[in-house]
Amino acid sequence: MTSSKNKLDLRKVGYDESGETPRSASFLIEDDTARVASSSERALVMASIRQARVDYPWVRALEWSLVDPETDEFTRIVAQHPDPAGNFIHVKEGAKIRFPAQSCFLLKADRNEQVLHNVIVLEPGAELHLITGCTAASYSNVGKHIAVTEIFVRAGATLTYTMVHDWAPEVEVRPRTEVIVEDGGTYLSNYIALTRVKHIDTNPLAVVKAGGTARFNSIIYAKAGSYFDVGGRVRLLGAGARGEIVSRVVATGSKVISRGLIEGGNADTKGHMECNGIMLDREAVIHAIPELKATYPDTELSHEAAVGKIAGDQLNYLMARGLSEEEARALIIRGFLNVKIDGLPASLQQVIDTMIEQAMAKEAI
Amino acid sequence: MTEMPLLEIDDLAVNIGNEPLLSGINLTVAPGEIHVVFGPNGSGKSSLIKTIMGIPPYRVTSGDIRFEGKSILDFPIDARARLGIGLAFQQPPPVRDVSLSALGKALEIDTDRIAAEAARLGMTGHLNRGLNDGFSGGEQKRSELLQLLLQRPQLVLLDEPESGVDVDSLKLLRSVIEQLFQRDRPIRERTVGGIIVTHTGAILEHLHATRGYVLVNGKFMCSGAPLDIFDQISANGFGNCLAEARIKEKIHDFLKE
Ligand SMILES: Nc1ncnc2c1ncn2[C@@H]1O[C@H](COP(=O)(O)OP(=O)(O)O)[C@@H](O)[C@H]1O
Ligand SMILES: [Mg+2]
Repeated sequence: MTSSKNKLDLRKVGYDESGETPRSASFLIEDDTARVASSSERALVMASIRQARVDYPWVRALEWSLVDPETDEFTRIVAQHPDPAGNFIHVKEGAKIRFPAQSCFLLKADRNEQVLHNVIVLEPGAELHLITGCTAASYSNVGKHIAVTEIFVRAGATLTYTMVHDWAPEVEVRPRTEVIVEDGGTYLSNYIALTRVKHIDTNPLAVVKAGGTARFNSIIYAKAGSYFDVGGRVRLLGAGARGEIVSRVVATGSKVISRGLIEGGNADTKGHMECNGIMLDREAVIHAIPELKATYPDTELSHEAAVGKIAGDQLNYLMARGLSEEEARALIIRGFLNVKIDGLPASLQQVIDTMIEQAMAKEAI
Repeated sequence: MTEMPLLEIDDLAVNIGNEPLLSGINLTVAPGEIHVVFGPNGSGKSSLIKTIMGIPPYRVTSGDIRFEGKSILDFPIDARARLGIGLAFQQPPPVRDVSLSALGKALEIDTDRIAAEAARLGMTGHLNRGLNDGFSGGEQKRSELLQLLLQRPQLVLLDEPESGVDVDSLKLLRSVIEQLFQRDRPIRERTVGGIIVTHTGAILEHLHATRGYVLVNGKFMCSGAPLDIFDQISANGFGNCLAEARIKEKIHDFLKE
């Protein structure tokens, strides 16, 4: 439990403190202090990175082995921090963790800068569903979240990583994430952000070795005043590697840059990208930047991108069934955002579904 | 009949932009009646049906459309639907992000009822797919009729409900259409009426439709008993009606001069 004064319900970002939803492990960080780090599975370590540096000295060698500290000013802030907080997750070889693990990054103090370094390692053949919720304790919070995350999906391992962002209008968010997917491994990322935020920019990279798969799904409802620069990059460097990027963006009075890059760099690699956006008003801007890069002849890369308002003939059609224009619009947006994600446990899909319902309900007012 | 007609179309003229599309349309549909509209492609049949539903871009330039005695020209589409007007589209647009079940839920239709009617129409597997998204021609037609079954409209507008449907499905569609028009009830107890646009006589056989019309260049020609008109079209094509149309136009032009 967090402090008893904390009435914040973290279930809105998929973090269940009540124990009602089965979770294999939990981790909660408040500002830069780890409050909860527990696991009910022997094969799953859920710890603060500070503790992990002591208990597992090999972790130090993994830090900065994927992300270059010189990437930008935010990676430099993390690199120069004397002792950044963060989360360490380790799943032992062959361990298939049945229930999802959960973590939560909470911005609690006002005008705080949260600096984190996270390391996630799935040993060969391991499986984990992870949900991370990021939120601010108060809607009026002013703050920054700066995080470097390095993820190691070893051969044949599978990680589904659902990330829910529910910040506040004055929060700035700068995650820097890189993933290595070894031979035959699978990395599946779901990113969901449906509430107002000042600034988020994140463009995670997955490098995929032979026979591996990386998928990035993003669902973004950019409310008025928000700025998002988000996307995913997949480099298919091993033979037979697969990559997919799907993004769904709804923008109202906000600016969204939706990026995607798939590189086909080996034999029999395949990548596909779908960038779709719905513009709800004149004040919105959606800038879709889907990029394909082939560095090997035997690769198959494709993308579709469609950005625009909701088609009038679709609205008319639904209205002919008796829905008002507003109801028809909401139904289309809800369906647009609610992409069913293959390989996601029902309990996590439900978190996403509920978030979408709530985002839509707020909009209806 | 002393009963209030369901639908009265009164000397209706319709434009698209400034282009005249329909003119001089008169049609009254009483409860229990089915009126059939034939006509060559592009003659304005779908435009007429969609104008009744209130779908853009059709612009009524004169005349009136009344539902149960009240003009509905100023009603938006959804208000017309809620009054009891239902339309099976000839070419429904794909709505990728909305499934039949999501739509049913939004309309607060009982899920068991949706499941039962979907099963009857062989659409169970389509309930959670994007509406009309990649549906075959036949699936689109069944999906449209399914939606009308769920909506239970009082004024049923069917725009080529059978085109592109194979023989087996046709039987099914026919029985659904008979149900929509309450053909299982005695005539006096029927409250539903409507308009069917069709190119075939196949769906008309047991319906006992009231009257048929041929729409040519946006005007009704050659009205009569629906099956007679259909036989005439089958034998001679639309030629006779086109000739009649041409003569009428000449007379009209002559009178103007
Ligand atoms: N939305 C529209 N915009 C422009 N022209 C249209 C539109 N709808 C119909 N038309 C034109 O009006 C005429 C009648 O079309 P339609 O009503 O679909 O004919 P039918 O159903 O009898 O085949 C055609 O020439 C068609 O191209
Ligand atoms: Mg037509």
